[in-house]
Amino acid sequence: MLVRDIIEKLDLSIVAGENALDNEITTVYVGDLLSWVMANAKQGSIWITIQSHVNIVAVASLLNLSCIIVAEGAHVDEEAIEKANNENIPIFSTDKDTYNLIKELIKIGIE
Amino acid sequence: MKLSFTVDGDEFLLAGEASSQVKKVLKQLGVSSAIIRKIAIAMYEAEINMVLHANGGSIDVDITPEKIYILFQDEGPGIKDIELAMQEGYSTASDEIRELGFGAGMGLPNMKRYSDDLKISSELGKGTKVEITVYLNREGD
Ligand SMILES: Nc1ncnc2c1ncn2[C@@H]1O[C@H](COP(=O)(O)OP(=O)(O)OP(=O)(O)O)[C@@H](O)[C@H]1O
Ligand SMILES: [Mg+2]
Repeated sequence: MLVRDIIEKLDLSIVAGENALDNEITTVYVGDLLSWVMANAKQGSIWITIQSHVNIVAVASLLNLSCIIVAEGAHVDEEAIEKANNENIPIFSTDKDTYNLIKELIKIGIE
Repeated sequence: MKLSFTVDGDEFLLAGEASSQVKKVLKQLGVSSAIIRKIAIAMYEAEINMVLHANGGSIDVDITPEKIYILFQDEGPGIKDIELAMQEGYSTASDEIRELGFGAGMGLPNMKRYSDDLKISSELGKGTKVEITVYLNREGD
């Protein structure tokens, strides 16, 4: 499945990285502690987090993650948006919490 | 090939820039993505530590056909007990930094796990030197 395929299904708002919506999704990783994410998130993962500052883009880019979903209505920093546009990392925002996001992702076939 | 970077301690926002540059170079050199991943993780952790704990420093990278060697040098406060600092979960990060998702005390353990050789030397009040080596023709974990 491609990143663009989840946008409508999960009703996500696109915040940045519109040029990279064809990234292939492999799996999902959830975490707010950056060095845990660094150690464990797999290439192509959707990363769900409530962190919303510019360093999430560095982490996603270094690990080749497919996109970032900033959950629970956390406001994404301007610097993060700018960097994500430069590095082609899609960032989405949503008011949903992680539990509900995961339920929906499983429903549409992402394990 | 040799590359050098200066890491600005005040530019929290730019942290990861050197790692990202090195990743691009390695990709151009045709290094496998499994090995690039190891290097990116180890290098990012060392780079961010320099920003968060030592107010910046310098990074020197030496890439040869068989390995990449990365030297991080800072003039920060130094690490009192390196063995303790290496333990998972040990962190002196402030609450402010923790709120941003740093300070899990996993950076040094990640460096150890993802590098083939890690050397740390430090002197209190003088600074810290971190040396990371990753072999380019062994498959990653
Ligand atoms: N370059 C450095 N200069 C001074 N102290 C350092 C340096 N690097 C690490 N330390 C010390 O070692 C501790 C452990 O580092 P480590 O990277 O494992 O965890 P952290 O940076 O606190 O949290 P995390 O990396 O999980 O975000 C730090 O909290 C800090 O006290
Ligand atoms: Mg650290």
